[in-house]
Amino acid sequence: MAGHAHPTVKTFVAVWAALLVLTALTVGVATLNLGPFNPIVALAIATTKALLVLLFFMELRYSTALTKISVVAAVFFLMLLVGLTLSDYLTRGWSSYINPFR
Amino acid sequence: MPDSELAVHNLKHHFADLEQQKATSTFGMWIFLVTEIMFFGGAFATYLIYRLSYYNAWVAGSQTMEIELGAVNTVVLICSSLTMVMSVHFAKLGNRKLTAIFLLLTLLLGFGFLGIKAVEYHGHWVHHEVPGPNFHFEHQGNYDPRQVMIFFSLYFAMTGMHALHMVIGAGLLTWLLIANARGRFTPEYNSPVEMVGLYWHFVDLVWIYLFPLLYLISHHHNG
Repeated sequence: MAGHAHPTVKTFVAVWAALLVLTALTVGVATLNLGPFNPIVALAIATTKALLVLLFFMELRYSTALTKISVVAAVFFLMLLVGLTLSDYLTRGWSSYINPFR
Repeated sequence: MPDSELAVHNLKHHFADLEQQKATSTFGMWIFLVTEIMFFGGAFATYLIYRLSYYNAWVAGSQTMEIELGAVNTVVLICSSLTMVMSVHFAKLGNRKLTAIFLLLTLLLGFGFLGIKAVEYHGHWVHHEVPGPNFHFEHQGNYDPRQVMIFFSLYFAMTGMHALHMVIGAGLLTWLLIANARGRFTPEYNSPVEMVGLYWHFVDLVWIYLFPLLYLISHHHNG
């Protein structure tokens, strides 16, 4: 595909370096007790790393709209899976229904 | 063989041209990866729910992980993603020699990852942390040690599925090395290298989430 934008070797090496820095950062943060923020910070760093891999190594940035939509849809449905499951589990104690089996 | 003949040779009869063929295989590969995202996503959701339900046991189990080994393996995998992307890059340029060198480096780094993982698994085995009749966990917190067994079940299921993907990836890389040595790839036709590249990066992506969730987030918490 002539004239199609493609990342250069320089881009790949820069992304690789950024991934290593972010790995060091997430290991460093783990030495601190941030309570509930440990998972949040770790997942934020992991998602940044994932975006770098997706956009540059997997060349999603240079892909067709069809491919981009497929990946966004996957992330959306994954969020539904996790989000709705958690909203069920985390609110079970709120139920005011009378349990006939108790 | 002239280029035009080679292009015709690589074109399956049900496609109009090589560009359409490549767009189709790329889309197909991504759809496969989407199903993989949902597969691992279910495992991650399970892990999350259990962590919230059995938080103390989860902290205790998580603190048995060797962060150094996990971190080294993360670096190994990130390096293998770079070598993979370089082999795709050189396959597109039609440089067979550098394609082969980077494919081989990716394969070796993949084996390095599996080797370190095996060392970790051996450690868990020796410490009776493998779920089953030999499971034994010295617990000092307010939790049932059987909950730690659930932690280790998920740990082995998730890292085991990840490792299985690595083994399949190693097989695919070997296949690419042979095909590349036979001169199957040209600047016009190199989709197999690119598709295996997508797969390899996906496996890296799964580990990017496994590492913090299994090793890091409970490291300094009190169970």
